[in-house]
Amino acid sequence: MSEFTFLFRGRDTSASPEQMQKTTQKWVAWFKELNEKGHIKDPGHPLEPAGKVVMGKQKTVHDGPYAEAKDIVGGFTLIEAKDLSQAVELSKGCPIFEVGGSVEVRPIQILNM
Amino acid sequence: MVAALTRVFGVHNIALAEDVVQDAFCRAMEVWKFRGIPENPSAWLMATAKNRALDVLRRQRTARTSAPELGRLLESEWTLAPVVDELFAPNVIKDDLLRMMFSCCHPRLSEEAQVALILHILCGFSVGEIASAFVSGHAAIEKRIQRAKKVLAGSKRLFDVTLPADFSARLPAVHRALYLLFNEGYHGASAESAVRAQLCHEAMRLAAILLEHPRGATSTTYALSALMCLNAARLPARVDASGKLTSLFEQDRLLWDRKLVLEGLKLLELSASGSELTAYHVEAALASVHATAPRTEDTNWATIVSLYDTLMTIHPSPIVALNRAIAVAQHEGPERGLEEIDAIEDRKRLSAYPFYSAALGELELRRGRHETAREHFRAALALARNPMERRYLERRMNACERDDSQHVGFYEEFQNPPLAFESCLQGVRRS
Repeated sequence: MSEFTFLFRGRDTSASPEQMQKTTQKWVAWFKELNEKGHIKDPGHPLEPAGKVVMGKQKTVHDGPYAEAKDIVGGFTLIEAKDLSQAVELSKGCPIFEVGGSVEVRPIQILNM
Repeated sequence: MVAALTRVFGVHNIALAEDVVQDAFCRAMEVWKFRGIPENPSAWLMATAKNRALDVLRRQRTARTSAPELGRLLESEWTLAPVVDELFAPNVIKDDLLRMMFSCCHPRLSEEAQVALILHILCGFSVGEIASAFVSGHAAIEKRIQRAKKVLAGSKRLFDVTLPADFSARLPAVHRALYLLFNEGYHGASAESAVRAQLCHEAMRLAAILLEHPRGATSTTYALSALMCLNAARLPARVDASGKLTSLFEQDRLLWDRKLVLEGLKLLELSASGSELTAYHVEAALASVHATAPRTEDTNWATIVSLYDTLMTIHPSPIVALNRAIAVAQHEGPERGLEEIDAIEDRKRLSAYPFYSAALGELELRRGRHETAREHFRAALALARNPMERRYLERRMNACERDDSQHVGFYEEFQNPPLAFESCLQGVRRS
């Protein structure tokens, strides 16, 4: 088993409360399914859309990230999977695609000794 | 929740209260996606909203835009948190609901606007949901609610339920709004039975809150609650498995909710305490006669006719007269029923009402005049207000074709016309 992070981007800000409730239920169902199959290392957290960005040698502090909603990381999860292709398959169940979002699947780098 | 927050922020700040609720809701939705939905989501939402309210109040303190009723208590950090905590205690929230209920029934608002406002603020229905429940345009409902909120905001403070005179003066309007809300669910035009049942339950929930208040628990409130329970008990049987409307006569009475019937009968008994006799009392009594008859044949039609007589003296209307005529037909045969319909004074006002023609059709069918019956059902069909009614009337029309002497009886629409029809009657009156 290897570990991966799912980085979720994009959220539907125009959804009605009913739609939001439905979407949340889909997420809960998706997490439940992954968890039952033993793929959830840590469910992770959603992230506030804005914070601060610290940059450069001067360590200048900016408000941000100022990017389009679809490019902002909205949350992360730690996943256990056999390999990258299985992790990718797992990500395809994510309800975020229904609202035009994306999932970035990144293997967690480890040193095999 | 909006009711509680409006008390915190002041009635002129409903929008702010709604924003806070909205914000709490959005946050919860995001977090629950990842962490799962907690055991008691509404308590979580309430706690989140409360914390957001505290943030907002702290930010706004110098602006002094909050509730005049609470005044300085919200201005000092010493009292702020405890006061807000107290405002969110369950029993206080109930009072807030009551206060908001009375505020929504503002005399400057039309009854339709009052009901829409109650649904929006107290029941948390979105504009879209209200529009679909009333089979009305989204924009029209949105405008109605916006306008109503403005009136509410103009009233400066929430209705004070502690003033006995004001309370009793406003109480009939509250009864009426809850009654209309219930009817909108029971007879309303929405084809979705889930929506309709929800409207009924909201009306019952609010009536129950009214009953818990010492001044709210009047004999009329008991009667209103009784009538809601007794009618709601029949909800599970009103639409069959295939989504078809079933008349009172063909309903599977085993599906009626016995618990609600018993509850309704108990409330009806409690409603008899005073000397007051309102239309709600009579309607509840009517519903109780049906609810306690094990089979249609066992219905005590003589009692029903005399109850309609009483109702005619309290609240005369062509629809009450029509229902009285139908009861007479049950009791004394279709010819007598038709005579009674013929004798209805302002019968013309019923011409836009589909179940007037349907009743004529039903009675003609019973005395074997299939062709005439069919014509009446055809006329009714042309007036049908929603797909459910249309399907029901088509079915009745087909029954005439089949030479079907077995009568399934009348559509269960009693003396309480839904909002949509009420306004249609008014239209007739005006012209």
